Amino acid sequence: MDFTFNEDQLMFQEGVRDFLMNEVSPEKIRELWETETGRCDELWGKLTEMGLTGLTVPEEFGGMGMDELDFVLLAQECGYVALPEPLVQTVLVAVPTLVNSSNDDLKSTWLPKVAEGSARIAVGLEQNLLVEDAHVADLIIMEKAGALYAVEKGEAELEYNESVDLSRKLYKVTFNEANATLLAEGDEAKALIAGALNRGALGCAAQALGLTQRMIDLSVQYTSEREQFGVAIGTFQAVKHRMANVAVPLEYSKATVAFAAYAIANNLASVDENVSHAKSIACAASLIGAKNSIQVHGAMGYTWEVNLHIYMKKAWALDKTWGNQAFHKGRIADAIFADNANIGAGKTFLA
Amino acid sequence: MDLNFTPEHDAFRAEAREWLAANVPAEPLKTYDTEEGFQQHREWEAKMNEGRWGMVTWPTELGGRDADLIQWLIFEEEYFRAKAPSRVNQNGIFLLGPTLMEYGTEEQKAEILPKMADGTEVWAQGWSEPNAGSDMAAVRAKAELTEDGEYYIINGQKTWSTRAVWADQCFGMFRTDPESKRHKGLTFILVPLDLEGITVNPIPQLDGLPGFAEIFFDNVKVPVNRRLGDEGQGWEVAMATAGFERGLMLRSPARFQETAKRLVELYKENQATADEDPAIRDAVIKAYMSAESYCITTFETACRLIKGGKIGAESSTNKIFWSELDQDMHATAMDILAARAELEPFAPQAKGVGTWLDGFLFAQSGPIYAGTNEIQRNIIAERMLGMPRK
Ligand SMILES: Cc1cc2nc3c(=O)[nH]c(=O)nc-3n(C[C@H](O)[C@H](O)[C@H](O)COP(=O)(O)OP(=O)(O)OC[C@H]3O[C@@H](n4cnc5c(N)ncnc54)[C@H](O)[C@@H]3O)c2cc1C
Repeated sequence: MDFTFNEDQLMFQEGVRDFLMNEVSPEKIRELWETETGRCDELWGKLTEMGLTGLTVPEEFGGMGMDELDFVLLAQECGYVALPEPLVQTVLVAVPTLVNSSNDDLKSTWLPKVAEGSARIAVGLEQNLLVEDAHVADLIIMEKAGALYAVEKGEAELEYNESVDLSRKLYKVTFNEANATLLAEGDEAKALIAGALNRGALGCAAQALGLTQRMIDLSVQYTSEREQFGVAIGTFQAVKHRMANVAVPLEYSKATVAFAAYAIANNLASVDENVSHAKSIACAASLIGAKNSIQVHGAMGYTWEVNLHIYMKKAWALDKTWGNQAFHKGRIADAIFADNANIGAGKTFLA
Repeated sequence: MDLNFTPEHDAFRAEAREWLAANVPAEPLKTYDTEEGFQQHREWEAKMNEGRWGMVTWPTELGGRDADLIQWLIFEEEYFRAKAPSRVNQNGIFLLGPTLMEYGTEEQKAEILPKMADGTEVWAQGWSEPNAGSDMAAVRAKAELTEDGEYYIINGQKTWSTRAVWADQCFGMFRTDPESKRHKGLTFILVPLDLEGITVNPIPQLDGLPGFAEIFFDNVKVPVNRRLGDEGQGWEVAMATAGFERGLMLRSPARFQETAKRLVELYKENQATADEDPAIRDAVIKAYMSAESYCITTFETACRLIKGGKIGAESSTNKIFWSELDQDMHATAMDILAARAELEPFAPQAKGVGTWLDGFLFAQSGPIYAGTNEIQRNIIAERMLGMPRK
């Protein structure tokens, strides 16, 4: 039993954090809102250089061959800066879906490109209303009627849907099976879709941790500086307790998110429950984070100018996608209300 | 990261399970807030000690098993699964015992620890006073050294002392320097409760039973060798006593996981009526998730500490998390029981109410004792988040 990340994982996290803090400032995010794609090729190039886009691509295809557990702390950092680029989706969802499929042609064509940064892959599941980043994808993996298809750029019709979070680029994707490659069907497709959904949900949960921390940090800074009644508003207990009420659920989500990553990486039988648990509580914590952070900012928090909304809006969006609370709590309910449910002390790590 | 138990862990679990299966009383003991129940629990402590299961985290030479935090968590899982009795000895095992090992003299250890281990001496805590609750540094009860330096003469009052009605000993903080203020001039003293000049007045709790007591000290003469640590070092020793690992040990995850399990069962038994209020189902799901989060997070913390990591935010978030979880779970059980919720278990119409009412009453005290949750929130905001004090 060793529930700790290793030195390499922690050092990688630190390096990525420093990089992202430098490269993905709120100003940069605002700048990207004004561009056509909302994405930055130069930034994607740098992420590739660091090996990040190919993190889960097997070494034989030019990647780093790492797993969900190696990435989960990095996904948290992506959340902390509200990274607009689709790194989390690429590493956690798109690549593993291809890797786990039995289609060797698609693997050998696309995986090396992802690792070298010359191609991006998006994934569209029926669970999600829309497809993230379809506009910059060279390949879109689409779920349709129980099968998965690989749709190349230009073969799909894209309809842009603007999100409250201007960094999220969402598309309705329409395609014709005749112009797509069948990636998987039947049981194989089912397993790949289930896996993609779990990975996408894990990505949201991990980002939610980072977003919540960012909202706390912004609020602590603001309330330490802003004065009313002759003192910093952060000295008021009502303000303090609002922030403590964010810190508690955040602290109690972190290990649960790590456990979900471990469950995916190790194919635990309890994986659906572990992921749903993590997604539900980490996103719930981020919603409390948003609610209490805007409150302690006063009217400033309600403006476009103050950066808080960058993080709040992403938190609001991530809670509702890759399975909303109803979906994930529903999966927990399925697990614990079943006739043969095995719950109670001593069960958590024995799945 | 490797979340598999080792073969040694499995063997430890199996041994604990086997012993508990053979020894946990078939009939639940009476509550230790009654004289008879207190005696029964004392005997249970003796039995645990015989099997060397009483103090698993203590060193082997003191009758323990040198268990690390993971083994301790495993033991607790088995303990709660087996529905074994509550520990009347909690203050000794987890609070005073480890503090004595750190600050005690050899004589103190030799004299006190064995009697603590076998339940001969049950310990109460004496921190709170009528005017020193959340503000513990406002302690006024004083201890004056006699001219010959042989004794402390204690005068004053302690209150809310859990289990003090039938306990044998009490540890706490007293003001030895009358000129001192706040955290300074306090000394940690171990007081036998049968000394002349001590009056223990039982205080009935919410359930009507005398679960705590006030203690009056009227020129009580305590030998100076009952001082733990140095004179004036009381606050430091007290902080060690309340230190995190011990805070962690106050409420192990297994306790709440078993409550969550019972809550799921209660919901399933009463699902037809419970589902009339959809909020109930949601509350049950949330309770389960929170109990699991508490377990997962505690294992993570334990692993980090074993590897030499430092205690972080957990020390304050922990208390809030479990106490509010416990309150929520019991409130949900009351919702499920509906009109039966208020009935005492022996009432003729109280079918299937189990021990939920008792648990509900006790859960109300969780956010109050061991540092109120408001105090914990202050600590989180100021020490963990770095918000301004003044
Ligand atoms: C079941 C139970 C068992 C106990 N067992 C023991 C025991 O064995 N030994 C022992 O010594 N004591 C024991 N206590 C006492 C316990 O430690 C105190 O009740 C606790 O420290 C709070 O003190 P108080 O009751 O005086 O409340 P107060 O300090 O008067 O607090 C009342 C309310 O005011 C709030 N408040 C106070 N100060 C602040 C502040 N600075 N900021 C915000 N809010 C504040 C509190 O949070 C609380 O909500 C026990 C209490 C209970 C309920």
